[in-house]
Formats: sequence, C-alpha cells, structure tokens
Amino acid sequence: MLETRMEQEQLQSTTPILRVKNLKKHYPITGLFGRAVGHLKAVDGVEFDLYEKKTMGLVGESGCGKSTTGRTILRLVEPTEGEAIYKGKDIFKLKGKDLQAIRKDIQMIFQDPHSSLNPKQRIGHAIVETMKIHRIGSHKERIERAKELLLKVGIREDQFDRYPHEFSGGQRQRIGIARALAANPKIVICDEPVSALDVSIQSQVINLLKDIQENFNLTYLFISHDLSVVRYMSDYIGVMYLGQLVEKAPTDELFSHPLHPYTQALLSAIPLPNPKRKRERIIIKGDIPSPINPPSGCVFHTRCPYSTKRCEQERPVMKKQTTDHFVACHLHD
Amino acid sequence: MEINTKGVEHIGSELKSEKFKLLFRRFLFNKLAVVGTVIVILLCLFSIVGPFMTKYGPLDIDPMNRLQPPSADHWFGTDNFGRDLFSRVVHGGRVSLVVGFSAALLTAIIGMIIGLYSSYYRILDHVLMRICDGLIAFPDILLAIAITAILGPNPFNVVIAITIVKVPAMARIVRSAALVVKEQTYIEALKAQGASSWRIIWVHMAPNTISPFLVQMTYVFALSIILEAGLSFLGAGVPAPNPSWGNILYDGKAVIFRAWWMTLFPSIFITLAVLGLNLLGDGLRDLLDPHTSKANKKLK
Repeated sequence: MLETRMEQEQLQSTTPILRVKNLKKHYPITGLFGRAVGHLKAVDGVEFDLYEKKTMGLVGESGCGKSTTGRTILRLVEPTEGEAIYKGKDIFKLKGKDLQAIRKDIQMIFQDPHSSLNPKQRIGHAIVETMKIHRIGSHKERIERAKELLLKVGIREDQFDRYPHEFSGGQRQRIGIARALAANPKIVICDEPVSALDVSIQSQVINLLKDIQENFNLTYLFISHDLSVVRYMSDYIGVMYLGQLVEKAPTDELFSHPLHPYTQALLSAIPLPNPKRKRERIIIKGDIPSPINPPSGCVFHTRCPYSTKRCEQERPVMKKQTTDHFVACHLHD
Repeated sequence: MEINTKGVEHIGSELKSEKFKLLFRRFLFNKLAVVGTVIVILLCLFSIVGPFMTKYGPLDIDPMNRLQPPSADHWFGTDNFGRDLFSRVVHGGRVSLVVGFSAALLTAIIGMIIGLYSSYYRILDHVLMRICDGLIAFPDILLAIAITAILGPNPFNVVIAITIVKVPAMARIVRSAALVVKEQTYIEALKAQGASSWRIIWVHMAPNTISPFLVQMTYVFALSIILEAGLSFLGAGVPAPNPSWGNILYDGKAVIFRAWWMTLFPSIFITLAVLGLNLLGDGLRDLLDPHTSKANKKLK
C-alpha cells in the first residue's frame, strides 16, 4: 500500500511525455449515394497521459477501440478530433518532416508476427531499413548496429541474412521489437504484442520488453486484452469500454480497489490459480452494444447491475477519486 | 511447406542454393512446363539461326517457281511470288516474336506502374480503373485495328496498339495482388516508421506481386503473338512485302486449295509459339504459387 502511494506521488510529480486529449475516431457509415447515415464511434473522447519510462496499460474487450487509440497516435488512422501533445506539438496537426520526426520517436510493435515482416526481405535488412528511413549512421554502422540489436533480442548474428519464414512466431516478434528499437524511439506502442504467441513464449517476450524498457529508457503504451499480462507490465492502467476510458489508476490500486462496475466485472473474470479459493463472480449480462449507436448517457448502463435513471440520461465524466485514480461513473460522484 | 523447414541449420548461401535446387526439381517435375519451355527456346533459336540455313532471302521473288510444293531446295515450298516460304516463315518469326515480346514487356512495365499506384492511392484508383474498364469494354482486335489505323501499320505501332489493348488486364491483375499486400501489417509498420510511398510501393509491394505478374506476362506474350498475327492478317499489322506469320497466312488464304503449305507452316508456328508460352505460363504459375502446385504434393 505504501508503495502504491509512493508510486502515485511519483506519477503526479513528473510531467507527462505524451498527453492525449479528447481523442475521437468516428467512422462515417455511408448509405445510398455516399450519404452519411451514422457514425461508428470507435474511439469517443479518450484522454490519458504517458509518463517517461513508465508503462501505461490499456485493457478492454475486443472491439472497444484500444488498437484504434494506439494507431491514431502514429497517424496510421487519422483521428476525427482531439489532440496528442508531444514535445509541445500536437501530433495530429503535423505534416511532412515534423511528422517524420515523430515517427522516429514513437515506434510500434504489432500483434501478428507472421505478417509484420516482409516475407521477401531478409530480417537484417528490415532493421537496416528503419535506420535508412531515418538517416541514422552510415551503411556500415547500420549493419553493425542491426546485428547488435538482433543480438539483444536473442537472434544470432548468423541469422542476419535469413528470411522471416525461417523463424518461429516468437523469434519474429523479437525481430519486430529489434526493428522498433532501431529508430531510437522514446515511446513504443505495443499493440497486443504477445496475444498471437504461445503462453510459454509470451513470458519470454514480455520479459524481453521489460529488459529493453530499462536499457533504452522507453515509455510504453501497452495495449492488451489479457489482464494478467497488463498487470505484470504496467505501472498504471486505463480500462476501455465501447470507445471510452471508464477507469484509470495505478496498477496495484486498480486491482485492489476497482471502482467502476465494468472494471469490477473484468477483474472478477480472471481465473484464480487456487481452485479452493472461491471468489464472487460478477457476471455482466448481455452483449457489448454496437458502437454505431452507442447507448445514451453512460455507455455501460445497458449492462450495469447498478444502473439508475441518471445513468441512462447523463454521460459521466472522469472524476478523481484518490490521487491518480480516476473513474467515470455516477456511483462515485 | 516443405521448402521452408528444409536446411534451416545451413548457412545462408547454402540454404539459398538448396531452395533453388528444390524449385528446379519442382519445375522438372511439371512435364508440361518443361515441354513449353523447350518449345519456346527452340522457336527462339529457330528464328535466330534459321536465316543462315537458307540461301534465299525472304523478299527474293522468283516468278518461274511460283507455288512450288515443299522440296529439298525449298523446304516449305514457295509462295505466289516464288519467294522461299522457309525463309519467310523464319524472318516472320523474328518479327512476330520480337513484336510479341516487346509488347509483353511494355505491357508488363506500364501495367505494373498503373496497378501498383492505383492500389496505393484511392482517388487515382477510381480514375485509372474507370479508364481501364473503358478499354476492356472494346473487343481486343477492334481496338487494336483502330489504333494501328490511326498510327499507321508498322511493327512499332503494332507494339503500341497491343500494349494499349493488353495493359488494362495487366494493371488489374497487379492491382488485385497489390491490394492484398497493402493490407499486410508490414506495410502498416513501414508507414508507422515514416517510409516514403516510393519505398513502400517499389521496395516492398512490387516484389510481393511479382509471381502473378510474371505469369500474366507470359500469357500476354502469347496473346500478343496471336493479336499481331491477326492484325497482319487483316492488313493492319506488318505491311507487305515484309513477312510476318500473320501476313503469310493472308497471302496463303487466296491459294489455300492450290498451295496448302502456305497456310500450314505459319499456322504451325503460331500454334507452337502460343502453346509453348501458355504451357510455360501454367508451369510458372504452379511453381510460384505453392497452393496450386500438384508437383509439390507429389514430391512430399
């Protein structure tokens, strides 16, 4: 508990390296003759900060907009609205060279290791290419450094000239990590980096990510649907539901005192290793509503066991509960 | 995938040669593809060496020996002007193959550029694909005749006409392959790293669309030969008196009952060329696409 307090104070005292404010991504749904009939609200008003050398976890069900959030930060998906302040500049307004500079500082690790490497490109060249794009070093230095990076992620030097299909999924993910490191990034967005891997390989890759964070002073945005992985990786966690951030807290605080009913339900779904210990499962009813016409008021009210009239009408805002613990729920006003 | 796991423990170069050997074995296993390749090579050799095998030039008129049947002196007989048919078929082969190959190459290059860029840029895609749709709507031969009629009948313009006719199909095939590649995560990864569109298109997308592209190129080669023969037959291609397989056929048409050899020999060569190229194309397709390869299964 004391540790949590200290961590919280630490978080508050440092200034964020990246601030994301009111991020929205709405996809227009076109009907006959290209007229917009509605909007699919993939991300609807997400706000969070990333702190230097810390990991923020982003959890939620599939389709809740976690990946879209990560992608908009790199402008792989153009946001509809919002700001992302990095080094005093709004990433969403950058063009040309400035955007290029951002794409050097912020790198991404992808979910599927099978399609994230060009099958016709030798793996060493993939890493050299990243440096080439960002004009880092001479040709010789690049090769030298690529070999070094590969070694760091556990790929032998004599495998430099191999093609991706000669590697296993775990190895490919390591190569993807080395490629992200090649640009000397400050922030790495990990988009479900281990969910496509075997459980035995998952832990290796997760530990590798942790080591690398320390060695390279990285800040992570760690997107995953696996709560135990997120818990292990993250300093603080944001919980997403239907395109909105419903709760945000330091990891220990979130797991010991979940405030939002959705978070409580999520946490109760984690299987316990001890079969004799029983826990009350909170089972939420129904399916996740469609993001095309999300429920009015609080997006969770259709499935919430504590839902009131107010929840149906008024959208709750993020409110601070204790230091660094934020929740968007009328129960905690 | 047999080849993927084989020889992983060897060092790079050995592995590559091993992979190459396996590909070659798979190719040899496909008998029809080998036959096709042999036919194409023989035809090329024939049109290179052929002219030195006869003392007659393709334009040497000899009115005394009109419409002679095949003999030891005139292997394929003579035509209605007494010209040696063997010499004409050989020289015509040169024209037909060169025109066919140039058209295929030009089609491939332009089709690749159009296909790749239209798969990458959406607005450009709409514009280019509508133009392609328009061109595809015309029957091939009609459009080709119209173009050569405007430009004038000579081998160079025939190449241009064939290219214009065949580019849309090529562009569509490259585009559809490129659209699949474009959705792969590694393209997104490159964008995330800030790679230029030039790099993404030419360094990463182009090599991954090469197999359907190569296969289509051999088919275009074959189709170009047919189209060129058709154009020359209709008088819109290689102008007389220069020989081409098409216009020899045209000359033979009038005397088909008196001199069967004038129709038979160029027809055989057109058929052989098209058959050989199509077999080669089928073989390449099987070789480059492991999913359809029967040989691959049997080798296991």
